[in-house]
Amino acid sequence: MKYSYYPGCTLKNKAADLDLYARKCAEILGFELEEINEWQCCGGVYPLGSDEIATKLSSVRALNDAKEHGQDLVTLCSACHHVLKRVNDDMKNVSDISDRANNYLALDEPYRGETKVLHFLEVLRDVIGFDELAKKVTNPLTGKKIGAYYGCLVLRPGKILEFDDPENPKIMEDFIRALGAEPVVFPYRNECCGAYTSLKEGGISQERTKLIFDSSNGFGADMLITACPLCMYNLNKSEADSKIPVYYFTELLAEALGAKEGNS
Amino acid sequence: MTKQEIEKKVELIKEISGCDPYKCMKCGKCSGSCPSFNEMDVKPHQFASYIINGDIESLVGSQSLWKCLTCLACIERCPRNVQPGKLIDAARQLVERERGGDHLLADDIPELIDDDVPQQLLVSAYRRYRR
Amino acid sequence: MQRIGVFVCHCGTNIAATVDVKKVVELVRFEPGVVFADDYMYMCSEAGQEKIGEAIKEHGLTGLVICSCSPRMHEKTFRACAEKAGLNPYMVEIANIREQCSWIHKDREEATEKAVILARAAIAKVNLNAPLQEGESPVTKRALVIGGGIAGIQTALDIADAGYQVDIVEREPSIGGRMSQFDKTFPTLDCASCILTPKMVEVNQHPNITLYTYSEVEGVSGYVGNFDVQIRKKARSVDMAACTGCGECQAKCPLGKSGKIPSEFDRGLRGRSAIYMPFAQAVPAVPVIDRENCTYFKTGKCGICAKICPSKAVNYEQEDEIVTVKYGAIVVATGFDIINLDKYGEYAYNESPDVITSIELERLMNASGPTGGHLERMSDHKQPKDIVFIQCVGSRCDDERGKPYCSKVCCMYTAKHAMLIKDHWPDTNITVFYIDVRTPGKNFDEFYRRAVEQYHVNYVKGQVGKVIPQPDGSLMVQAVDMLDNKQIMKKTDMVVLAAAIEPNKGVRKIATMLTASIDNNDFLTEAHAKLRPVESPTAGIFLSGMAQGPKDIPETVSQAGAAAVKVVGLLAKDKLKTNPCTAKCDPMFCNGCSTCANVCPYGAITYEDQLVRGPGVNETRRVAVVNNALCQGCGACTTSCPSGAMDLQGFSNRQITTEVDSICR
Repeated sequence: MKYSYYPGCTLKNKAADLDLYARKCAEILGFELEEINEWQCCGGVYPLGSDEIATKLSSVRALNDAKEHGQDLVTLCSACHHVLKRVNDDMKNVSDISDRANNYLALDEPYRGETKVLHFLEVLRDVIGFDELAKKVTNPLTGKKIGAYYGCLVLRPGKILEFDDPENPKIMEDFIRALGAEPVVFPYRNECCGAYTSLKEGGISQERTKLIFDSSNGFGADMLITACPLCMYNLNKSEADSKIPVYYFTELLAEALGAKEGNS
Repeated sequence: MTKQEIEKKVELIKEISGCDPYKCMKCGKCSGSCPSFNEMDVKPHQFASYIINGDIESLVGSQSLWKCLTCLACIERCPRNVQPGKLIDAARQLVERERGGDHLLADDIPELIDDDVPQQLLVSAYRRYRR
Repeated sequence: MQRIGVFVCHCGTNIAATVDVKKVVELVRFEPGVVFADDYMYMCSEAGQEKIGEAIKEHGLTGLVICSCSPRMHEKTFRACAEKAGLNPYMVEIANIREQCSWIHKDREEATEKAVILARAAIAKVNLNAPLQEGESPVTKRALVIGGGIAGIQTALDIADAGYQVDIVEREPSIGGRMSQFDKTFPTLDCASCILTPKMVEVNQHPNITLYTYSEVEGVSGYVGNFDVQIRKKARSVDMAACTGCGECQAKCPLGKSGKIPSEFDRGLRGRSAIYMPFAQAVPAVPVIDRENCTYFKTGKCGICAKICPSKAVNYEQEDEIVTVKYGAIVVATGFDIINLDKYGEYAYNESPDVITSIELERLMNASGPTGGHLERMSDHKQPKDIVFIQCVGSRCDDERGKPYCSKVCCMYTAKHAMLIKDHWPDTNITVFYIDVRTPGKNFDEFYRRAVEQYHVNYVKGQVGKVIPQPDGSLMVQAVDMLDNKQIMKKTDMVVLAAAIEPNKGVRKIATMLTASIDNNDFLTEAHAKLRPVESPTAGIFLSGMAQGPKDIPETVSQAGAAAVKVVGLLAKDKLKTNPCTAKCDPMFCNGCSTCANVCPYGAITYEDQLVRGPGVNETRRVAVVNNALCQGCGACTTSCPSGAMDLQGFSNRQITTEVDSICR
């Protein structure tokens, strides 16, 4: 099984771990991530303005590249996943945006949202299956109590991303269970970490991450996992007393599959 | 602002956001959900009525433009499909599209970042704070 | 050639403000067959009708065209008016120049032109009308009530007291419905059981009422006055005649104490046995075996209930039984439930046992409930010191999670809950988050104000964004106080959700069987929202209770009485006039292909061998025959008939094509 793969800027740089472990694990699990040629940054934020086209074009190019390869498009970063899925929805369902983007790009064949965008976790859940994943685990993370920190971008808006129930998700908890660890459900798992405001004013993200750590720690989590480099950054910068370690979900996956030692 | 300018801006906000402020029933679920509520001067449940009443000046001059985290909680939970987050985002874009509306200068960035800042933070902030 | 009179109504300014009525009169005067045309301010008024009557006599009219409102509104009126003046009522046609013209257009010139065209079409049709005679059909003097809650109970009692036989079909093992789950009722705070159970007993003992509990309507055929209904009596596994209702079986059922089977009646707050009565006051006081959960039915082992039953009433061999009963009228009283809250994850209903619905709270406060009426948290069985009520959970929504309507009863029952809790445990701190407090009704607002003024219940205008369970077992409520413009983080022990109500799930299936229409929210539609609120547009079908729309108990009881009066009015008649606009088959063109019978929703078409004689034909062959009593004149057969043999009297193919021709002229 071969997928088109959109790593995004951060995974080529500060979040190289997220990318590296994902590729290794994919190999073990029997699928291949084929990086798209000359992909461009998705912009990190989906342009909410319904009249913006230019800011969506880089996503359309990536989506169309996957279409031309006849492959589904896999993402890892929460932001890329969010932007690509939403732009794809625009291309499929919002004729005004779709028409204008196509006019601008002048592709051989207009792109109308044909590509299926999948988050790496969705591949694990919907293609591989968590039961199958559990069978491939050689180094179960037994005894670890892990809180899944979803954040915002991977879940909302639920109707368009169709990733999981935005108010009560369970995909990452099922993932944790498949790795042999114990998921810790906490109510702040889908609450914002402060997002981009940490660049100019750290106060908001300090306040938000404290709530996240207090809640997850309070419910007994030893560590958190995330799929979002920005969440990772904000959580790491937290000065909360209740702070616990945070990992990319792929790092724990690699550990459970025995792909971490000696390679990292 | 003249009456015409206000009307034009109201229309622009509706167009950019694709939202209908008249659908708001003033339930306050957005403000009950907002993680940045305490940072905002104009509160999420007030966005719709500011637009309906044409008080654009207060809205575009408000700190709320820069305090919204775009976490989409209000958009997800709004029972009337008003989507206050889109309204405030449209107001922000209105400001940024006008000359001098940028809220982040490239020259300031080196001072703001540390070694760990992910690219995602830079591009997001750029998108949010600048045209 | 017909002699047609055209009458154009102003309907005050409803029509005349947009349509040049005088011009319409002038232009239709010259249409073929028209010998008289006139206008009047209110054609439906007594003076207007007299005008029509006089014109019929004076000008020897053989057909009428009334240009006015929708035929749904006044076709009956004008047909009666024609009949009074000696004209066959089916020689009257209505041109709808109000709903389909003046109300939807703004341009006077265009609207006038359209009104003329609509009138012309009606005139063209009347030219081809022929007098039709109404037939008669008998009335079965027995009514069926579907649903045995307070709506069905009251309807049945009122019909039975008027001297008619009535049957109640109830899906659950007992009648009583939602009301039997409630603790107290607003605004008088009567105990719900105290006022309901006597009615349940009365139903059971009434000589004119037959109860079919643990039964479902399986099929309906026939028409007003003559319905045939199949009722499935699900196997109770208990002999109704032999059982004394002693309750031994329930007490000894090994699953009773296990808590494995959630009690539907207690909304899953406690378990029940596999052989069970939903509640102690059940009517009939005869248990049923829940075969899906019963160990005997699953494994063949156990059988304790049969062994210990002192009257040998348990019968594992019992089978479902289907009975067919004839009815003259059917009342739908299928009631309501609350919406599923799975999609409202932000309120943590599925995550925390201390977030409950209002119906669950009713059970928790009820002396016969799982806690014996002692209010406690389901997580630790401690009495809550602080309680938050959240209003409008899924009501007044314009999204996919909720319902667009106001559920109407929540504001009142929440005030009731708050006061009852304060009465029992005055130290409890209660906060109600509301969007609007809606209390129209006699003594209703006074009731709500009492909660604020006398009981000091804290009402906060603003919706809750999220309920956040805390590691210490409490709940944090994140909300807004819109009047104070502050976000609130409130620590509480228990959260009660006023979940939106919705029609009972089964209503769709029943409405389909009855060909009764339902709206976008699955509420049954009335024949007229204001003037015929308890009748379905389908003749012989009546509406009672929440199945028609949100309402409280006093309103339900009033509507139940109204539906009963309508039923009695129907059953009191010996004969009903039947609609003469029925389908008719011309055997010359029919080749017996069965297409029409397959599309007929009323089962009105059968086939028989007939001798067909005509030019070049003399043979016996299979042809369609329409049963005029069953045919409702929907026209499905005429449009599907490949050879044009089927035609609808009063709406013949020729009449309709002539109408279209005249519009396209």
